[in-house]
Amino acid sequence: MPAAHTAAHTAAHTATHTVAAPPPAPLVEAEGEPGREPGRTIVDIRHLTLTYQAADHPVYALSDVSLSIAQGDFISLIGPSGCGKTTLMRVIADLEQPSSGDVLVNGMTPEQARLKRAYGYVFQAPALYPWRTVERNVTLPLEIMGTPRAERQTRAREQLERVGLTGFERKFPWQLSGGMQQRVSIARALAFNPDLLLMDEPFGALDEITRDHLNLQLTQLWRRTRKTCVFVTHSIAEAVFLSTRIVVMSPRPGRILDVIDCARDLPPERTLDIRESPEFQRIAHRVREGLMEGHSYDD
Amino acid sequence: MTTERILPVAVMSLAIIILWYAGAVWLNSPQAAEALTRAGADWGTGDLIRQTFAMKRPILPTPDQVAVDLFQSLTGTPVTHIRNLLYHTGVTAGSALTGFALGVLLGVGLAVGIVQVRTLEASLLPWVIASQTIPILAIAPMIVVILGNLGFTGLLPKAIISMYLCFFPITIGMVKGLRSADPLTLDLMRTYSAGSAQTFRLLRLPASLPFLFTSLKVAVAASVVGAIVGELPTGGQAGLGARLLSGSYYGQTVQIWSALVMASLLGVTLVAVVGLAERALVRSGPGGGR
Repeated sequence: MPAAHTAAHTAAHTATHTVAAPPPAPLVEAEGEPGREPGRTIVDIRHLTLTYQAADHPVYALSDVSLSIAQGDFISLIGPSGCGKTTLMRVIADLEQPSSGDVLVNGMTPEQARLKRAYGYVFQAPALYPWRTVERNVTLPLEIMGTPRAERQTRAREQLERVGLTGFERKFPWQLSGGMQQRVSIARALAFNPDLLLMDEPFGALDEITRDHLNLQLTQLWRRTRKTCVFVTHSIAEAVFLSTRIVVMSPRPGRILDVIDCARDLPPERTLDIRESPEFQRIAHRVREGLMEGHSYDD
Repeated sequence: MTTERILPVAVMSLAIIILWYAGAVWLNSPQAAEALTRAGADWGTGDLIRQTFAMKRPILPTPDQVAVDLFQSLTGTPVTHIRNLLYHTGVTAGSALTGFALGVLLGVGLAVGIVQVRTLEASLLPWVIASQTIPILAIAPMIVVILGNLGFTGLLPKAIISMYLCFFPITIGMVKGLRSADPLTLDLMRTYSAGSAQTFRLLRLPASLPFLFTSLKVAVAASVVGAIVGELPTGGQAGLGARLLSGSYYGQTVQIWSALVMASLLGVTLVAVVGLAERALVRSGPGGGR
């Protein structure tokens, strides 16, 4: 039986299909082609478990999580606090070590991927350096990677333009609003042009109007750059609006309850109006049901 | 400075000056009464008060006596003359600043070692703290004797004593500062796979500067104290400490107070200079430079 299991596991590696409950979006094989065509698997998570020892009992932060993320996907991880969505993303980023299971990022271990600077990470807080100007905050990763000065500046200006912050290069972070600061941190993550963008509730601390505005900017940015995005959120509307697929998670133990495909029913180009459409409402309803189902385990 | 800030300071200064004069009357009156009685003539309260303000060796000299003495000792002779108070201030400032510079080197070096090398924290930090439990007045003469025996006299022993007082606040502040970086910004450096030297140079060091400057202000004031303490056992040829010592030998209380005023002016000036350097270098919030 164990041998059969291993064989199946290996087969799964080459066949690239998700192990999560509902059928995933059809994924195109990308055997031996390192190009950036849609369909190539960027993040492959199999039977991931992460437990850590709290004061008196072990905490199951993640339990048997399997998920496959393809090139160009915009994946939202949604769930209540403590469902492990941030932990899952930190495992992809090699900021946490899983207890068991396999994670591959661009076909490498998370550590190799991190050392190759395969991803840009946007944290819950902007985490800008207060002693650096906006532009020098964006050039920070390039400085670390040894990019020449002139190119650093060109790239920083490009990215700041992309997030609509041209003219703020010489400002200091404290002179910017919270939304603008978070846009700077997105520009910083894009500065070294990673294929994968990991975003951990980047708009969680912002008011709803700013948030709508940034969601619109983000979806346009994603359409233009075709970066693979993993996005952690608490907000159902945000998840449905932005995603190609929504991963609904549940706490204690942290696990995947449902994976919902949005790309089939919602157009790739999204405006704020689509939130009124019946398709949008239907997907939002399914997400909400999934979240409630997760809660009923605890109550 | 705005009027809102000047007014409270002015009121407080006036209160201190009034209290000072009242203290002079109270402390000097026994001596003054004795002097008046010895003079033979009848005297009243007015005479007594006037006498307490005009003693040659008062217990507590009045502010105007100190001001007059300061003026005379600053302008009576050329700046390079041994009788000029500014010359002595310069001597003290020289050893204080040398000690401060050594203290910054030692303090920052220790802090970097403690933060970057885990074993150093366990082995060094207790000694750093223990070093400050030794009374400086006890160890200062020992430093002077030992260094004098090795052939070091003059500025160096005093600078070492200053350094001894200086490095401690710098080490403590700098250790705290180097650890003050937000965990998120540390994670960020990790996602860039930045090396430990890069994380230090680009994140830990700049994050520590506000802490460092707070410590530097404490340390530079302590360096003046260290230099003066160092001048006491050296026999007192030059420096504010020497002036304090000779003043107390000869009961020249006015001279002591003049030296005290110069010492505190020196300390205030040095702290202000550090403050200016901080404003020029540290940009970390709405208070920072635009």
